[in-house]
Amino acid sequence: MRHIVPIFKREFLGYFRSPVAYVFLIAFLFISVSLAFSRYGGFFRAGVAGMDSYFTFFPWLFLFLVPAVGMRLWSEEKRSGTVELLFTLPITTLEAVLGKFLAGWAFLTLAVLASFPMALTVGYLGDPDWGVILTTYLGAVLMAGGYLGVCTLASALTKNQVISFVISLAACAGLLFLGFSSFTDTLEGLLPMALADALSNFSFITHFDAFTKGIIDPKDVVFFLSLMGFTLFLNVVVLER
Amino acid sequence: MIEVKGLVKTYGPKRAVDGVSFSVKRGDILGFLGPNGAGKSTTMKMITGFLRPNAGSATVDGIDVTRDPVAVKGKLGYLPESAPAYPEMTVEEFLGFIAEIRGYRTPEARAAQVDRAVQLTHLTPVRKQTIETLSKGFKQRVGFAQALLHDPAVLVLDEPTDGLDPNQKNEVRALIKGMAEAKAVILSTHILEEVEAICNRVIIISQGKVVADETPAQMRARKPGARLDEIFRELTRGDL
Repeated sequence: MRHIVPIFKREFLGYFRSPVAYVFLIAFLFISVSLAFSRYGGFFRAGVAGMDSYFTFFPWLFLFLVPAVGMRLWSEEKRSGTVELLFTLPITTLEAVLGKFLAGWAFLTLAVLASFPMALTVGYLGDPDWGVILTTYLGAVLMAGGYLGVCTLASALTKNQVISFVISLAACAGLLFLGFSSFTDTLEGLLPMALADALSNFSFITHFDAFTKGIIDPKDVVFFLSLMGFTLFLNVVVLER
Repeated sequence: MIEVKGLVKTYGPKRAVDGVSFSVKRGDILGFLGPNGAGKSTTMKMITGFLRPNAGSATVDGIDVTRDPVAVKGKLGYLPESAPAYPEMTVEEFLGFIAEIRGYRTPEARAAQVDRAVQLTHLTPVRKQTIETLSKGFKQRVGFAQALLHDPAVLVLDEPTDGLDPNQKNEVRALIKGMAEAKAVILSTHILEEVEAICNRVIIISQGKVVADETPAQMRARKPGARLDEIFRELTRGDL
């Protein structure tokens, strides 16, 4: 497992060696903050010192932005042939998968945490419940990991970054929509009730919601962690195939 | 040092490598010849543990590649075809990364290995440049430096002189020849003079099968007076 460190370092710094990191961070913060201040977010109109109006868009933002971070992880290596270099170095597939995943996750965490001026603004304007803000940040980071797991898996399937992006987007959209009643109602019409119920439990939104209310429910934490574990396991399988 | 027995790799119905066997001893420089698509690269990828053979085995220093790939990869230096490297890294960063994975933990140990490899392959003038800005010759040398970094006992080089100008080719050949005494080297090429210049053994592979395994002198003796490429053409006729 000691080889995770150099792979993590190379991958994480790799974001900053190209413009990817800067474009991503700026776009992410610009879009997320402007959504919060927009009339859909209603940051001021809500009259509440909280970050609900900021984080409510996160599941949607992640839908587009996490695939943008995850799509290159394996596709790029496969296209440029460096995958051959990487897998003839004395490392195991699991080490490579974990190193890369953790680098992407750390980068997303950095992006989420870079919104701290929003938290400071809220603190300056009013007297927010810092506990809720902390759990929401925790939830956002865990949710980012869940999205990224799906995206790295999609990236390992193809050497084309565009295909990787589209597969990631479709898979994440599926996991997102499962949480909406209009969508699950349709499912209930098609599938047995128990199955439809079970499926709707796989939604990002359902599991992120509790965090935004200040609740750290072990089942939500387990959901995100097991989603990551499962996708990373499949990732190893796909690469060793 | 390298023992290959009955390696088979199939892609769908096509047998890319069809029962290749040979062995390489310390001090050998084995030239791997064959037309494009004959199975040279695929064989090398199986020896280095990148591809899993459908049948047969490859052992390096007594260790089976499929049993303990990490141990074998630790002993090998491998230059893949067209020398892939991470384009956004500088030469120094890239070699530092390889050194770290190769188990040189302290910054001093890493710097020492990187310096040695940079000097061996004459990369000093470009060590702070990003790899994407390098010419093909320099890129090839970066790949070479990466393969040599940990001073491996076994070197597998897939077309090491491809894309180099004549001076660079000579230099790389001299480098390989200079190191070969203590190592086992396999290099693939389709330049016949190269084999004559540096190899003490030649294997010709055609349609996934070994059609000749001998010294360059023996190969020449097959048809006295003929040029090497005529002999080559005769042996690999099946590929035409």
